[in-house]
Amino acid sequence: MAEHECELFECGHRACGGCGPALAARLILKGTGENTIVVASTGCMEVFSTPYPETAWGVPWIHSLFENAAAVASGVEASLKKQGRDEHVVCICGDGATFDIGMLCISGAFERGHDITYICYDNEAYMNTGIQRSGATPYDADTTTSPAGKCSTGNKRPKKDLPAILAAHGASYIATASIAYPNDVVKKIERAVNTPGPNYIQIHAPCATGWGFEGAETMAIGRLAVETGLWVNYEMVNGEVEKAKKIVNRKPVEEYLMVQKRFRHLFRPERNVEEIAKIQAIADRSAAKFGIDVVLKKPE
Amino acid sequence: MALNVGCAAAPGRARDNRTGSWRVFKPTFRHETCTKCGLCETVCPEGCVKEREDGYFDPDYDYCKGCGLCAEECPADDIEMAQEEK
Repeated sequence: MAEHECELFECGHRACGGCGPALAARLILKGTGENTIVVASTGCMEVFSTPYPETAWGVPWIHSLFENAAAVASGVEASLKKQGRDEHVVCICGDGATFDIGMLCISGAFERGHDITYICYDNEAYMNTGIQRSGATPYDADTTTSPAGKCSTGNKRPKKDLPAILAAHGASYIATASIAYPNDVVKKIERAVNTPGPNYIQIHAPCATGWGFEGAETMAIGRLAVETGLWVNYEMVNGEVEKAKKIVNRKPVEEYLMVQKRFRHLFRPERNVEEIAKIQAIADRSAAKFGIDVVLKKPE
Repeated sequence: MALNVGCAAAPGRARDNRTGSWRVFKPTFRHETCTKCGLCETVCPEGCVKEREDGYFDPDYDYCKGCGLCAEECPADDIEMAQEEK
C-alpha cells in the first residue's frame, strides 16, 4: 500500500455529505493502486463522480450501461491479456446493478473465468433514482417501492445471498467488508486484485439519505450492522469460508434498527415486537452460520 | 481503432467543483489532544483531509462539505463542529 500515496479518487465529487459509497471508492482505490482500470455501471457512484466534463477518478474509468459492467470488464481484460498488459480490471457497481440488473453479465463473466475483480458497494437500495428497493434491501426496510404503512411493514423479502451465488460459479476469492472497518476493506481489495480469476467483494456502504440518519453517523451505523450480526465480514476461498469477523457479546438488532428512518415504522406507534423478532432471527441465523459469536462472562 | 464515440474527461477534473460551498457546519481541527493517528484522513468521504509537514492534519475547506464524520470518529475528540457564518 506504501507505493501509492497520491489520491486516486479526487475531491469535488457531488456525493452527499458523509456518503458511504464515496468513502468506499477511496478505500477501493487505496487497495487497487494506480495500475487499475475501473469499469462502472450506472448508479449513485457513477452519477456523483462523473458529471461531464468533470470526473473524480484519477485512473482510467469507463461506463457503458446499467447492466453490462461485467461484460465490458470481460472485454477490457481479454484485450489487455492479448496485448500482454497487467492492469487490474475492477468493476465498481452498486447493489442494484449487481443483485438485479447486471446478474446475467456477472454470471457470464464469472463462468468464463475472466481475471477481473467485481466490487459491489452495497447501500441496500436504488439510491440514485430515489430509494427504490433492490434484491439487496434487507427485510422490513421502508423504501419508495416497499412503503411501510397500515398494510405493510416494508420490504417483504430478505436480502439475496449473492456471495453464495458467485461462490457456486467457482469464484476463487469472495469477501464481504464494511466501510466501518477501513483497513479491512483495503486489505481485502489488495488480496482480491492479486488473486487470479474472477473475484467478488461486497462492501457495506451506509447511505445517509436513503437510510435516514445524519451524515456524521455513517461509520457508526456501519459498525452497528456488524456488531448486531446483520452484516457479517467474511472471506471465502474456493467456496469455503476461511475467516469471519468474530463479534464479542453481539448486540440486539434494535440498536441498529432504531437509529434509521427506514426502520422507524417498527417502533411507532408502538414497538412491533413480532417483526423485530423476525429480524433478530435473521441475525441469529447468520451468526450461527458463520460462527461469529464470542460470549464473554460478566465479571462477578 | 481509435475510440470515436462517447466522451472523455481529464483525470481528477472534479476539482473544478468546489463543494466547500455546501457546508453548514465547519470542522475546526484544534491540534490540542490530537495524537496524529490519521483516522480523520482515512474516514473523510471527500478525501480532503491532508497531513501537514509537522504531522498534524487539516481539511481543505474548498472541498469539505461539513458532514462531521471526522469529528464523530476522532478518538481524541479534537475536532469541533460549529455553524459557519457566511
